[in-house]
Amino acid sequence: MTSSTDLNKLLDREYQAGFVTDIESDTVPPGLNEDTIRLISAKKKEPSFMLEWRLKAYAYWLTLKEPDWARLNIAPIDYQKIIYYSAPKTKKALNSLDELDPELLKTYEKLGIPLREQERLNGIAIDAVFDSVSVATTFKEKLASKGIIFCAFSEAVREHPELIKKYLGTVVPYTDNFFAALNAAVFTDGSFCYIPKGVCCPMELSTYFRINAVATGQFERTLIIAEEDSVVSYLEGCTAPMRDENQLHAAVVELIAHHRARIKYSTVQNWYPGDKEGKGGIYNFVTKRGLCAGVGSKISWTQVETGSAITWKYPSVILQGDYSVGEFYSVALTNHYQQADTGTKMIHIGSHTKSTILAKGISAGHGQNNYRGLVDIKRKAKHAQNYTQCDSLLLGNHCGAHTFPYIEVKNQSAKIEHEATTGKISEDQLFYCRQRGINAEDAISMIVNGFCKQVFKELPMEFAVEAQKLLAVSLEGSIG
Amino acid sequence: MTRPNTILEIKDLHVGINDKPILQGLDLKLEKGKVHALMGPNGSGKSTLANLLARKEDYVVTSGHIQYLGEDLLTLSPEEAAWKGVFLSFQYPVSIPGVTNIQFLKSALNATLKAQGKPVLDAMDFLKIVKDKMAALEMPEALLYRFVNDGFSGGEKKRNEILQMSLLEPTLAILDETDSGLDIDALKAVATGINALRNENRAILLITHYQRLLSYIEPDFVHVLSNGKIIKSGDKSLALELEEKGYAWL
Repeated sequence: MTSSTDLNKLLDREYQAGFVTDIESDTVPPGLNEDTIRLISAKKKEPSFMLEWRLKAYAYWLTLKEPDWARLNIAPIDYQKIIYYSAPKTKKALNSLDELDPELLKTYEKLGIPLREQERLNGIAIDAVFDSVSVATTFKEKLASKGIIFCAFSEAVREHPELIKKYLGTVVPYTDNFFAALNAAVFTDGSFCYIPKGVCCPMELSTYFRINAVATGQFERTLIIAEEDSVVSYLEGCTAPMRDENQLHAAVVELIAHHRARIKYSTVQNWYPGDKEGKGGIYNFVTKRGLCAGVGSKISWTQVETGSAITWKYPSVILQGDYSVGEFYSVALTNHYQQADTGTKMIHIGSHTKSTILAKGISAGHGQNNYRGLVDIKRKAKHAQNYTQCDSLLLGNHCGAHTFPYIEVKNQSAKIEHEATTGKISEDQLFYCRQRGINAEDAISMIVNGFCKQVFKELPMEFAVEAQKLLAVSLEGSIG
Repeated sequence: MTRPNTILEIKDLHVGINDKPILQGLDLKLEKGKVHALMGPNGSGKSTLANLLARKEDYVVTSGHIQYLGEDLLTLSPEEAAWKGVFLSFQYPVSIPGVTNIQFLKSALNATLKAQGKPVLDAMDFLKIVKDKMAALEMPEALLYRFVNDGFSGGEKKRNEILQMSLLEPTLAILDETDSGLDIDALKAVATGINALRNENRAILLITHYQRLLSYIEPDFVHVLSNGKIIKSGDKSLALELEEKGYAWL
């Protein structure tokens, strides 16, 4: 017997959020055509400009092919077999959480997101998205008193069409890529958030995404607008039941920061990763991009990616305003047969723009982890600065870590730094810890958390603790 | 019959790794309050024995027994053995980047205390204890905030091992070539640390190639391991004889 069997045992714990909620839902038949899109738009009671935009996106999508440049092994996706709309049946519009289906409240409680308690204790405003619709948004009135709009995307389309018209697709146009075009055609809900000039949002805003229905794709869209001198911190979390077939999640997130505005966007992604043999799991193909439109604005992405069978996402920042700042902090973990191709793009357009990239990849089992990042210094970006650090940690002998940094510099005054390291948790380290009385599970967790510390400290406090726990759970059962 | 002052008793132990026999009929008894030096030529199985006692799982035990405090040691996992008081000072302590020494030491001590059913220490109490122990070993406090063994000099690593021993207060301490890689000043400091940890309830197994360490830590018994067996045992004079004549005459 060798000590690697201990690691094996350890990295084998089951996905904790894999249950299914038994709830009646309103579901459209699978398949994608113009009628599906008209049906979604009608169900959402959308104004006509929205439907027109969707149909244009669909027409464009039909001309595209799936991208294949990522270092990922993706089983073919049959877009005609996906259900594009599924919503829990409700009798009428909700005025408060008390009117929410108790089954839904229970679902979020089981996931450790008791909506009621969050409302009372934590002071975090939550928008809960269940399959294709937003089921509850908390703290609305309190936020409204400061002029902040935080609501379901579909509600924003109806209530604030002028804002949607002005900003939708300005950062991620539907022509951006295959999945962004698909999302634009069929997106069902998501969160919308508007912070008026000079307002510092008094609480964390958070959206919790849950895919429940079988064979359903989740296509949500999030749009955050921070007016001049405003500040907002936003967090999203995601889970899904365990199912044998792969489910598609193709979201789009657009952030816009005006003069001196600051947006901090944190993600704790825990989609179902598939089983130990790599069966099932979510395909997480997401386009996230922020525009630092104003002078001195700042957008910061922090992501902890532990779930999904395949992750394909590159939260990026366009640094248009002079002196704007972009940040990307990432921990991506792949265990069993999970694959991740993730990183960021920092596009420096304005002068004195500054970006920081800190990416930590952890591979275990047969996991494959790729960092792919672009630092693009445009011609007019005088005195732009970038610092990039990519670190990989390997557990066991069957996993892989790969780093693909792209750097394009068209202005001589730029200052670019890039550092990369690869390390491994060895049997010797593990034996050393165990000899000192620290069991293997705690030892791995301690070493991995040490590795991720720099990123975790960027998360809002409550979520840093959650991220640590999640990482420990996701690692159970790795190495071989 | 195991005598009440016996901590560890090994009988007719045969151990191999990858089908290669290493220990071949080893008998050894370690007593409470005593320092046993284990000497022997390269490849005689000294480190194998040390790692096996700490329950490293790379070895196949083909026959024989190890009784530790009346219990079959071979049924214990590394952490269980640690909780029951088995401590190994490594010949080559590994570094753990990203984990600070203080975090590691506190986790180790609290995991052990918890397993022993004792109350765990909070950060303040722990800091006080560890600082006292470091002062005794003449270790700078800065070592607490560096990553475990990462970039430590040879002397710092070995002192850090002895620090862990003094924190964990083992019943059986196995020191695997603690003298290797130390200059004379570091050797003296480490030896002083070890001597301070001698007590009537603890057995120490001191593995070394050289008499040098034994002139600072005076052993009660000296055993010679050769070809996987103890071929001679005696008192401290045996070590001096070995220093003079080598192993060939045995």
